[in-house]
Amino acid sequence: MRLDRELACQEVVELMTAYLDDVLDPLDRERFEEHLVFCDGCSNYLEQMRATIVLAGHVSLELPPALEERLLEAFRGWRGS
Amino acid sequence: MEQVLSPEDERLVDGLRAGDESAFVALMRMYGAGMLRVALMYVSSRAVAEEVVQEAWVGVLRGIGRFEGRSSLKTWLYRIVANTAKTRGLREARSVPFSALGDETGDEPAADADRFLGSGERFPGHWSVPPQSWAPEGQLLGQETLEMVAREIDRLPPAQRAVITMRDIQGFTSEEVCNSLDLSETNQRVLLHRARAKVRSALEEYMR
Ligand SMILES: [Zn+2]
Repeated sequence: MRLDRELACQEVVELMTAYLDDVLDPLDRERFEEHLVFCDGCSNYLEQMRATIVLAGHVSLELPPALEERLLEAFRGWRGS
Repeated sequence: MEQVLSPEDERLVDGLRAGDESAFVALMRMYGAGMLRVALMYVSSRAVAEEVVQEAWVGVLRGIGRFEGRSSLKTWLYRIVANTAKTRGLREARSVPFSALGDETGDEPAADADRFLGSGERFPGHWSVPPQSWAPEGQLLGQETLEMVAREIDRLPPAQRAVITMRDIQGFTSEEVCNSLDLSETNQRVLLHRARAKVRSALEEYMR
């Protein structure tokens, strides 16, 4: 990914996921980080993306109990076959 | 290719092959709900998605004897459910063809587009209403906040929901998601970015 001028906040926001995945090329990464130095809005946004990821990591997913029951039956059927 | 199975995966694979119910239950609880979300990318109803997940697990049990560990166990599981769902989606009259992913990676306005100054302004693309800092993370981690995050993720469009579930809830790498769903790295990132941006935005609303 290559950008040819100073980044506007909206561009910085669009690059956040690439930045967090560490896939920006070194020059863009530098520009991205330079922008954060003077922009509180984008710094806050980045921190909030990080917080969002941490929160999502604490979400627990559950199968609907009826489906879990059906899957178990399928397993027992397979094992018995 | 090398074997990439972790000791944990190896234990589960051995257990499944031996017909050990606790290995099956462990896997089903770890990945079943995520697999359901993957199925919902390709079929139009919850009921059909549940059938797909069941069919996929039957495929898993039939195939486990031949599983060679060239991919991680979870990538293999998710590929099976994705392929089962695609096949089923193609058969369905009201199916959502996989190319409809374009709707979720294309047209949508950029994340939080309404928060930036327009092209007629002196600083286009800069914040009109900059995000304010939040409470420290420790204080965010309450049960109520987590329930709200879970609800927001649940409400996302199917492909965004599946990708954020795999990356941020289940800890897949981007490569594992791309391999599981046959997505390009770019599409994977666009889906994840939009999903996270929507959840962040809902959290911001909630913090006020
Ligand atoms: Zn900025």
